[in-house]
Amino acid sequence: MRSRRGNPARAAWLVLAGLVVVMLAIAGCGGGGSDTTGGGSSDEALQKVGKGEGQLNLISWAGYVEPEWTKPFEQETGCKVSDKEAGTSDEMVELMKTGQYDGVSASGNATARMVAAGTVAPVNTDLVPNYKTVFSDLKDQPYNTFEGVNYGIPHGRGANLLMWNKDDVKPAPDSWDVMFDPKVAAKYKGKISVYDESSYIADAAMYLKFHQPDLGIENPYELNEEQFNAAIDLLKEQQANVGEYWSEAAKQISAFAGGDVTVGTTWQYQYFALKEEGAPMEASPASQGFLPKEGATGWSDTWMIAKDAKHPNCMYEWMNWIISPKANAEVAEYFGEAPAQELACKETANPNFCKEYHAEEPDFWKRVYYWETPLADCGNGEEDCMDYNDWVKAWTSIKG
Amino acid sequence: MASEAVLRRRSAGHRLAGLFHGRRRLQIGALLAGPIGWLVIGYLGSLALLLVAAFWSVDPLSGLTVKEFTLENFEALFNEPVYRTIVWRTIRTALLVTMTDAIIAFPIAFYMAKVASRRGKALLVVGILLPLWSSYLVKVYAWRTLLSAGGAINWALEPIGLHGPGYGTTAVWLVFSYLWLPYMILPIYAGLERIPNSLISASEDLGASPFTTFRRVILPLSFPAVVAGSIFTFSLTLGDYITPRLVSNDQFIGNVIFSNIANNQPFAAALAMVPIVVMIAYLLVARKLGAFEHV
Amino acid sequence: MMLRVAVAVGLAFIYIPLIVIVIYAFNSSKILEWPPPGFTTHWFSQAFKDEAAREAFFTSIKAGIAATAIALVLGTLASLAVARQRFFGRETISFLVILPIALPGIVTGVAISNTFTQVLDVPLSLFTVIVGHATFCIVVVYNNAVARLRRLSGSFEEASADLGAHTWQTFRYVTFPGMKSALIAGGLLAFALSFDEIIVTNFTIGAGEQTLPIWIFSNLFRPHELPIVNAVAVVMVLISIIPVYLAHRLGGEDAGAPGRGGGGVETEATAVP
Repeated sequence: MRSRRGNPARAAWLVLAGLVVVMLAIAGCGGGGSDTTGGGSSDEALQKVGKGEGQLNLISWAGYVEPEWTKPFEQETGCKVSDKEAGTSDEMVELMKTGQYDGVSASGNATARMVAAGTVAPVNTDLVPNYKTVFSDLKDQPYNTFEGVNYGIPHGRGANLLMWNKDDVKPAPDSWDVMFDPKVAAKYKGKISVYDESSYIADAAMYLKFHQPDLGIENPYELNEEQFNAAIDLLKEQQANVGEYWSEAAKQISAFAGGDVTVGTTWQYQYFALKEEGAPMEASPASQGFLPKEGATGWSDTWMIAKDAKHPNCMYEWMNWIISPKANAEVAEYFGEAPAQELACKETANPNFCKEYHAEEPDFWKRVYYWETPLADCGNGEEDCMDYNDWVKAWTSIKG
Repeated sequence: MASEAVLRRRSAGHRLAGLFHGRRRLQIGALLAGPIGWLVIGYLGSLALLLVAAFWSVDPLSGLTVKEFTLENFEALFNEPVYRTIVWRTIRTALLVTMTDAIIAFPIAFYMAKVASRRGKALLVVGILLPLWSSYLVKVYAWRTLLSAGGAINWALEPIGLHGPGYGTTAVWLVFSYLWLPYMILPIYAGLERIPNSLISASEDLGASPFTTFRRVILPLSFPAVVAGSIFTFSLTLGDYITPRLVSNDQFIGNVIFSNIANNQPFAAALAMVPIVVMIAYLLVARKLGAFEHV
Repeated sequence: MMLRVAVAVGLAFIYIPLIVIVIYAFNSSKILEWPPPGFTTHWFSQAFKDEAAREAFFTSIKAGIAATAIALVLGTLASLAVARQRFFGRETISFLVILPIALPGIVTGVAISNTFTQVLDVPLSLFTVIVGHATFCIVVVYNNAVARLRRLSGSFEEASADLGAHTWQTFRYVTFPGMKSALIAGGLLAFALSFDEIIVTNFTIGAGEQTLPIWIFSNLFRPHELPIVNAVAVVMVLISIIPVYLAHRLGGEDAGAPGRGGGGVETEATAVP
């Protein structure tokens, strides 16, 4: 009797379905054209640093934001630091899009993208007193200055290391052959550790620049289709020998410590951690003092401030703090990279630190290819270079 | 007279109840407004907004969405063979994990339902549930250390000349089977509990061997429960990206979605359609097989 | 006999990794070598002192309670409609309710996060986390409640109405007491799901906050903190013995009732056509 199906609730369901359709229509029509007008010219950098807001939310690489230098910062400025560690530049770009963070330590393969996406604001370097004494070959670089406008404060730079277990890998390699040359790499099949991001394609390109010069590769981040495909093929060959693709530092540390991998690309951070535990690691250039024959990819990181950051004053205080001589020395020694601040070289615990890390040798860095964002427009007048989307898609097909 | 006095003394709640009395639509509407509003407008609406991006594209430099209709994401999905490999690898693993868990879970569930004493039952239920509280991440990382070249598995096997599976697809299958096992045990247990012991006794009385009883009485009656459990083992495997990342180099559907969410959300949305479609199909089949029905 | 062997093997499979976790929690090496070079309770004292871990723990508790509360309300409402009424689309409800938990967590997480940040312009915070958790916890309560309502004959409610009780009184004195243990069991499992959830949480949580799984995730990648994480996990398992046992006792009061603590989420839902 009461089980007459339908009419009352059916109407309700139809109304609901209609609501969902309307939502879709709104979403579809919102912005009939593209939203690529983000970034740059209409933003203003801060004009004056005011009182600290009491809180600071950062995104950073592992080892960049540690209590050793954040606690004094908090005491002095009252800005409580909350840090989210990201493993890749992709993660950082994504996190910045949420608008929840005040600043990020960005590498060159993230800076251009964030500027274009409008998630970061220009930096008024006049408000950062310690900027004056930053190394001059870090200022106004293509990865931190766009259309003549400064977008960040240099943090430090380093080369990606070739690290190996000296008990298992003999003789000590002086070239990336050990990871790319099929004959040599096959000896360590299943024991090779590779960085899990599309930027690694540049490492293959850099290898080809040295070993196959007729490909004509100049900048490993600016590759036309032929050069790109050569790099992809090299990486697909390498895939058969790879033991692990890593993006979290601790994952790589445990892999090396446990003997799952014996050779790979890494950062100083992992190298230090393994040495501390007594693991028999060597690395180039860290323990050898020189780069592999072909050079190395690397990074030069920049602290960027979010557009419409919730705590801009604290962020400016941070940017000034992190390149103050003492703090920059501490972070450089902790992570294992060359400091951005000239005066930091006098503050390092190890008096030879800056020398060991070539902080004052611009020539050394000419063979280090800092991470960059691949663009279609690669400065040769043509726009036929592979762009970031191509790199990411290729990386997926390399890993299989 | 007396009835009037009763009517006047009615509380607010009573009067509100009177409003609903007899008005079925109002009753149903009031009950469902909350849940349906939440799930349909909130959840499905959010899903729809995400998935509509599958028909858009992205500017390669800024990563901002270009809201113009295009099918290029689906073209890439179908043309590049690597995505077919990844989808098939994910589905295959999900099926394997489901079957493995069903096989391991059934004896345990049967023992719990039909053989264990009351106290044994209580102990076993608590025992099965306890691992669920020990953090998914910690369990996966524990497996990672177990499987490592210098880890406990190799340490135990090498003296007898064997070797552990190390990291890779086998490891992923092992870890997933491990993680979702309780989700399979409990529904099978509940399902078996509902089979009256008298049926089993009757089957034995009629001369059936234990295996025949199992095959022709127990299995058919508990099958819907197995399917119900499989919904979880299958769906949880289908969407997970953390375990493959920690114990292998394999890319699963979740991994490619995750790596594209940042710089190419439209493509990630197109990728996301795959497990959604697969899961809806699976749920429909499960429904047909009775997993949703009360026995 | 073979049955017992199979059961023993299965239980060993379940518990060996847990035992490994316990051993690692006492491991004196930071890089989790095997066999452990030495034993120490250092990590446990560190874990208790760790402020971030404590905060994360309480955040998880808050989120879990709130999400469970919402799931209880919504799940009960939906179950009452489905088990006691008939209407168009009734079968679809159980399908709908299971979707958030059946679809990949990354899809649910990104969808909810997008809606909040891009459509509603609401910043991510504990509130958005709770919304996400509640969404997939509904099914757990719903399943338990529906299964129980099906067992409880509707005739009790009709009798109550005949005796003069109005809707709320019937619910309060007849229906609810009958459902109570199923709701508690469902609520406990919903809490457990919310407490251990990582993927959806990762996408819906705000910058300055952490739930316990997020804290664990961020510390898995700090080599100096790894063993503390194991210690925390061990503590969590020990603490959880109480609610798990409770859930079983409550569910077990109705001998043979389906959807006892833990069983609820996967036992059948409704949809008798």
